[in-house]
Amino acid sequence: MSERPLILLHQVSRSYQVGLHAVHALRGITLGISSGDFVAIMGASGSGKTTLMNILGCLDLPDRGRYLLDEIDVRHLSEDELATVRNRKIGFVFQSFNLVPRTSALHNVELPLVYAGVRAKERRERALAALDRVGLADRVHHLPSELSGGQQQRVAIARALVTRPSLLLADEPTGNLDSTSSQEILEVFDSLNAEGRTIVIITHEVEIAAHARRVIRLRDGAILDDVRTRPKLEVVA
Amino acid sequence: MIAVESLRIAVQGILANRLRSLLTMLGIMIGVAAVIILVAVGKGSSTAVQQQLTSLGTNMLTVQRSGGGPGGFGGGGGFGGGRGGRSQNGTQSRQAQLTLADIAALRKPENVPDAKSINPVVQAQSVTATYGTATYSPSQVLGSSSTYFDAANWKILTGRAFTAEDATFRSRVVVLGTTAVTNLFGEGADPVGQTIQLSGHSFQVIGVLKSKGSNGFLDSDDIAIAPLEAVQDALTGGVASLSSIVVEAKSAGVTSAVEQEITATLLSTHKVTTTTQDFRVLNQASFLQASNASNHTFTVLLGAVAAISLLVGGIGVMNIMLVTVTERTREIGIRKAIGARRVHIVSQFMVEAVLLSMLGGIIGVGAGLIGSRFKIVGVQPVVQSYSVILAFCVAAAVGLVFGIYPAARAAALRPIEALRYE
Repeated sequence: MSERPLILLHQVSRSYQVGLHAVHALRGITLGISSGDFVAIMGASGSGKTTLMNILGCLDLPDRGRYLLDEIDVRHLSEDELATVRNRKIGFVFQSFNLVPRTSALHNVELPLVYAGVRAKERRERALAALDRVGLADRVHHLPSELSGGQQQRVAIARALVTRPSLLLADEPTGNLDSTSSQEILEVFDSLNAEGRTIVIITHEVEIAAHARRVIRLRDGAILDDVRTRPKLEVVA
Repeated sequence: MIAVESLRIAVQGILANRLRSLLTMLGIMIGVAAVIILVAVGKGSSTAVQQQLTSLGTNMLTVQRSGGGPGGFGGGGGFGGGRGGRSQNGTQSRQAQLTLADIAALRKPENVPDAKSINPVVQAQSVTATYGTATYSPSQVLGSSSTYFDAANWKILTGRAFTAEDATFRSRVVVLGTTAVTNLFGEGADPVGQTIQLSGHSFQVIGVLKSKGSNGFLDSDDIAIAPLEAVQDALTGGVASLSSIVVEAKSAGVTSAVEQEITATLLSTHKVTTTTQDFRVLNQASFLQASNASNHTFTVLLGAVAAISLLVGGIGVMNIMLVTVTERTREIGIRKAIGARRVHIVSQFMVEAVLLSMLGGIIGVGAGLIGSRFKIVGVQPVVQSYSVILAFCVAAAVGLVFGIYPAARAAALRPIEALRYE
């Protein structure tokens, strides 16, 4: 698996125009992440980690450099094609949960499958399985507003898992949670990684990064260091 | 799949903001109801006028005096209107006259071959009718010939009309309209055989006319009709001039020919040219046509006014959809992040806009149909099925058209910016 990385960034740069100034959020990042890895990307605010997350998640495209996700060069994809890549390859977990309001937990989890064109019966089965996986089998018909922060985040993880994506991308997933809920969420991530899921977590907390097998630290849009803290999980092909 | 999901989101969206959705629908509802009701009112009034004109007799032509100058449009249609174009021009030296000589000329078959009957009409002014203690002034007291009833489309309800013999014997008989009967004898009484006084002269009631109803200006049934000779003897003091001549054409198709024949005959008997013409021929069929045309214009105008309110309702839908898109910016970002393509976002908002306006349309159709059951400014609306279908389809189309822009705006949102939106 290591010879064919899931994520391959080569000299990726991204800058924004803020007023009259160009802000160089990423300056030539080169990075490979292979399947089954659990990577924490750390950095102070303004280090470019959110921009990196947007590019990894195909929500944004690099100005320069190449990004291959599962051997797909995303540079020339249209907006709709990017949407399809996000749908198939990536599961997002956001800091603010980002569940669709006024919509049950079950339907929130079903939503990516709706856009993937999966039939209703299979959709429901897979969504229920995903909710069961995060321990919310008894909360499927609750609305987001009726769930605690930790539960909402678990619904979001179920939604991210339900399409069986190649990559689980989490942006400060515990940023809005108390320590107990944070611990639960991290345990979910640990066990998902133990099952072979590739996880990239963006965070600025050292305790969270401690769960990862590899920690990449950013500063001013460049990689400061890249440390393997635990051996990579051997993925059985 | 997309359709079901879009519909689900749309219904949820509409229910989430009930009051706002209701107010938006109200705009469309009022537009649709207005189209239906106003078109129905237009049609209703045109139907009423047509019925009125038909009841006067579609094959009927009326000849009236005119001063040779610009006589006013008088005469109140074909009742043999007594005011019929008496010259309003004081300097006019010669008072135009219609006489029995004109009748004689017109009755010559070679002059007006397409006429079925030629009927002289005199209208007696200020006649007081009395029966027992009841006294009143009928708005019309006419003297004419026995064929007048057919020509003017009068049917007999009870009793009989007077005959040619009655005319010959100068019989003092009279046929009354229903209003005259009610005023003299009371509601629903049978006056046939009774004797009434017309300005002090006894007339025997021999029949009652079937009601023609009111045309809004005057009550057609407030009438008494007696033989011409009797009216001239008793009520108009033997004056030989006629108020008008009522001509019945053999069919509706020859009314124009009859009009020309009458004009030619009277021009020669009156020894006048078309420029000094001292009479006027009013053709009931051409009235009907003119009234149809003006009613059509009226209906179209009403429909257009209503259509504008529908348009305003559509703008309301667009306004609310733009607000909705802004409100759901973050949700749009979430949906895009998890894989919604443009078509998903566009259809989500289009379906909501169309659903809003269609619901408004359905309620509007209901309101329009209910509203059309009531009389509006004296007109009984006649609902036109085309206006119902058209109004509903236009409402749906309005949602479609005015939903496009908000939906396109939603679909064009960039996911990272939409997700960051607070």
